[in-house]
Amino acid sequence: MKTCLVVDDSRVIRKVARRIIEDMGFEVSEAGDGAEALAWCRTSMPDAVLLDWNMPVMDGIEFLRQLRSAPGGERPTVVFCTVENDLAHIREALDCGAAEYIMKPFDSDIVQSKFALAGLL
Amino acid sequence: MKPDEIEFVAEIARVGAGLNVDREKIYLLESRLAPVARREGFGSIREMLLSVRQRREEKLIWAVVEALAQGEAAFFREPRLFERLREEILPALALRRPEGQAIRIFSAGCGSGQEAYSLALSVEDAGAGVLACGVEIMGGDLSERALEKAQSGLYTQFEVQRGLPIRLLVRHFEKRDELWALSPRIRSMVVWKRVNLNLDFRGLGRFDVILCRGVLGNMEPAARTRALERLSAALQPGGYLVLGADEAVGEMPDTFQPGEGGVHRRKPDVRVAA
Repeated sequence: MKTCLVVDDSRVIRKVARRIIEDMGFEVSEAGDGAEALAWCRTSMPDAVLLDWNMPVMDGIEFLRQLRSAPGGERPTVVFCTVENDLAHIREALDCGAAEYIMKPFDSDIVQSKFALAGLL
Repeated sequence: MKPDEIEFVAEIARVGAGLNVDREKIYLLESRLAPVARREGFGSIREMLLSVRQRREEKLIWAVVEALAQGEAAFFREPRLFERLREEILPALALRRPEGQAIRIFSAGCGSGQEAYSLALSVEDAGAGVLACGVEIMGGDLSERALEKAQSGLYTQFEVQRGLPIRLLVRHFEKRDELWALSPRIRSMVVWKRVNLNLDFRGLGRFDVILCRGVLGNMEPAARTRALERLSAALQPGGYLVLGADEAVGEMPDTFQPGEGGVHRRKPDVRVAA
């Protein structure tokens, strides 16, 4: 089974995203900020990461930079999922190695469409 | 909605556009018609239909028909089809093209334009052979409102997240307040026409590829057969008719070679009477 780490500081968003991603056949884990997510990845690299931008302790873009320089950290497919919806943020995310980008609010169709585009389905 | 109202609406849609309205899906009918009633200044669907019955005003009748004909809109719906167009079908057409003659593609039932623009974006990425011979894309729909929206190239955040790869959003769109605006260059690759597939559309000329997805499946059998014949006549011999990959349309006219994934080819050897 493919694995996905959902990283968001909102429990509600994590819960909604978890349900959608589980329905697509993933085994889902959760992290509440970038640092927690990084610790998780060091133990076991997921196939996919759904990543919020603005979070306490460590934000999404910093997590992505550190992930990509960690051993095996080039492997996970990262899909941003954030309220940041301007081109500058999107470009920065892509430059740092994100495969796709979801602008909140989202629904299951959007998540599914974006995971398909990222080659995860 | 009451049974007599449903029957009345179904009849308008059948006469207007050959639509086969599912009378069981009352919720769907109401969700389509309620915004029209609101927009046209009626207190309810009931009041609107009463006015249609009494005054038979063309404009209002069409507003009702259009709302019921509306399809599902996404960029690059069935992505493999666009790959196949870009990698296989368009290059093949470009090869056997008389010089100076552009490839013509028709998005029939284009709604708010996502399919036609997906074609334009695919053409952009097609090989030099395709670009050299030139491609004309036409989007046709029953609904003037849909065509206006298509022409504007303005989409909501919700719409640009259905099927459009983020890299194409970055490359071809810019943000305008809360909307996303497609670049003038891509917009200029498509021309728009009001087209009713239930009526004669020979005036549009012949096409090499016609995409008509999620349209015929909603038509009643007799209207669908006639529409298929018109679509066949609008294709160049050897041209392609693309239907929804798993859309049930009954029997295809024998001018077509049945194909995979909803892609049917008009037999190349057919001689067409003038």
